[in-house]
Amino acid sequence: MTLYLLRRLFGMALVLLAMSFVVYGLIGLMPGDPIDLMVMSNPGMTAADADRLRALHGLDQPLIIRYWRWLTAALSGDFGFSRVYARPTLEIIGPALWQTTKLVSLTLVIGSLLSVLLGVAAAIRPRGKFDTIVSFFSFAGISLPTFWLALILILVFAVRLGWLPASGMGPSDPSSLWDSLRYLVLPVSTLVIANVGGLTRFARSSMIETLRMDFIRTARAKGARSARVVWRHALPNALTSVVTIIGLNFGTLLSGALVTETMFAQRGLGKTIYDAVLGNDFNLALVALLFATFATLLGNLLADLAYAWLDPRVSVT
Amino acid sequence: MRSDRLDEAPGQDLPRLSVPPVLEVDGLTVDFPSPHGGKRVVDGISYSIARGRTLGVVGESGCGKSMTALALLGLVPSSGRMTGRITLNGRSLSDLSAKDWPDVRGQRIALVFQEPMTALNPAMRIGDQIAEVLTIHEGLRKTEARERAIEQLRLVGIPSAAERAKAYPHQLSGGMRQRAVIAMALACRPDVLIADEPTTALDVTIQAQILELMQQLQDEIGMAVQFISHNLAVVSEIADDVIVMYAGQIVERASSADLFAEPLHPYTQGLIETLPEIGRAQDELPVIAGTVPSHYHDIPGCRFAGRCPKADASCRAVAPALRPVRLGREVACHKVS
Repeated sequence: MTLYLLRRLFGMALVLLAMSFVVYGLIGLMPGDPIDLMVMSNPGMTAADADRLRALHGLDQPLIIRYWRWLTAALSGDFGFSRVYARPTLEIIGPALWQTTKLVSLTLVIGSLLSVLLGVAAAIRPRGKFDTIVSFFSFAGISLPTFWLALILILVFAVRLGWLPASGMGPSDPSSLWDSLRYLVLPVSTLVIANVGGLTRFARSSMIETLRMDFIRTARAKGARSARVVWRHALPNALTSVVTIIGLNFGTLLSGALVTETMFAQRGLGKTIYDAVLGNDFNLALVALLFATFATLLGNLLADLAYAWLDPRVSVT
Repeated sequence: MRSDRLDEAPGQDLPRLSVPPVLEVDGLTVDFPSPHGGKRVVDGISYSIARGRTLGVVGESGCGKSMTALALLGLVPSSGRMTGRITLNGRSLSDLSAKDWPDVRGQRIALVFQEPMTALNPAMRIGDQIAEVLTIHEGLRKTEARERAIEQLRLVGIPSAAERAKAYPHQLSGGMRQRAVIAMALACRPDVLIADEPTTALDVTIQAQILELMQQLQDEIGMAVQFISHNLAVVSEIADDVIVMYAGQIVERASSADLFAEPLHPYTQGLIETLPEIGRAQDELPVIAGTVPSHYHDIPGCRFAGRCPKADASCRAVAPALRPVRLGREVACHKVS
């Protein structure tokens, strides 16, 4: 188990290293650099000034040498400065990561519980009344564009009813837990509605498949009642494939909640990456992308561990 | 039904008269209705098994054997419809509600399935799966049930039972798994054990061990066994009486000794001829030509006529009824006198 974890963590480090090289290279291939931006915003600068600045920042060096310098600095804990904010990148990413983590973990917990419950209930009588209703709403959730959903939620709950704030992240020193949570209700609801449909369909089909297996018949032949057959026998077996999907969703959600974060003015990781790329804030974009990569890898690792925990036939050695 | 037959053939079952049957099945029918006419998988079969006796049920795949077993446990799929009477120890099961069936299953009637590989829950420890039967039916607490589960594993001859109880199914061999399934089925000392091809998936030496184990446990517990198999050699060894099923109906009923000494129905004869014999060189194994017709309930005459070497026009026109022909024997064939 320890050995397995070490091996996986080592693998993750390698992927991050490769990823950093690729992203650094892509950014380096983009036309223009920070000095060009400075020249554009300051008409008084001469070409000689620009060359001097380039030499000062090491930007006149070949890409591979610049990458090497960045890497050695990063490995010693220096991830550089954000050009736009003029602050260390980690200071920008820290709060953004925390914000996104709150958003995504709430979404994952609520969304997973909801979709497993709905999926199981729908699978008990496939094509029954309940299944039809759940299927309808699942497909609706999958099909609705996130921005539209977010707008409708804002319109109804923030504008018409005035129950919840329309956007923002709340006061920096919230007076109560609810004071900070209420800013998360609408964005989390949007993400849950957008994600629960697909996961419900998945939980449903996995459950239907499991309920057809021989050991389910054995459980019934033992005298186990329906509830026990479903929750004790079928669910743990059906969950193995569901947790894989949840684990994969984790990374996607962490960096991919961009639309939701934008709609609700949440300064999360997705929004940070987007703004950094658009604003030529190379250092910030690079580090934020690496964090997103790390989150995806972590999600996969957690899914594999959960899989092994649920299915005794799978061992992590 | 049973007593009628006894009148017709007096004395045939004298030893059994003193022991009332544990399980009586009367006119059991399982239909799968559909807009296109549906399918009658089991067609009005009747039989009974006395305490401590073993009834072999033989026939090819698709002749309704397994559906009969499921019907006895009230486990006919929801798309199917079961009619007829099932009586266990004088108590009728056929009108049990869905709520009451689970009390019978695993407690009074237990089932051992064909595939030990897939019949156990892969995500649950062997001991817990056995203990579950006891917590459901005897209301035992977890620790007590675990103890009993280990005893039960010992009973079926699993070495170092306490450790094996903690194992998951994939950590045991096929033979061990089937022993565990038997341990589970017998945990509540049922009145009737239905074994649906319990040894088919096992290799021959393990097969013999499992059969011996089942017989030994039957002697100890005294349950009635319904042994379903297409393996005639196994049935001849383990069964006291045999019913031969074809296309959802019983075509022949006899004691095991009589049936194998002198099969009367052409189908039974065919089945026995297909058994390969050791030491007899054969270029070609004899087979019964054709397969069980898939829509057999539509056939007006004898359902076997299409494959029967003796069939004539009358066979195809009139369906033969199961009738007593000799002492203790019944057969559904116009050609047997």
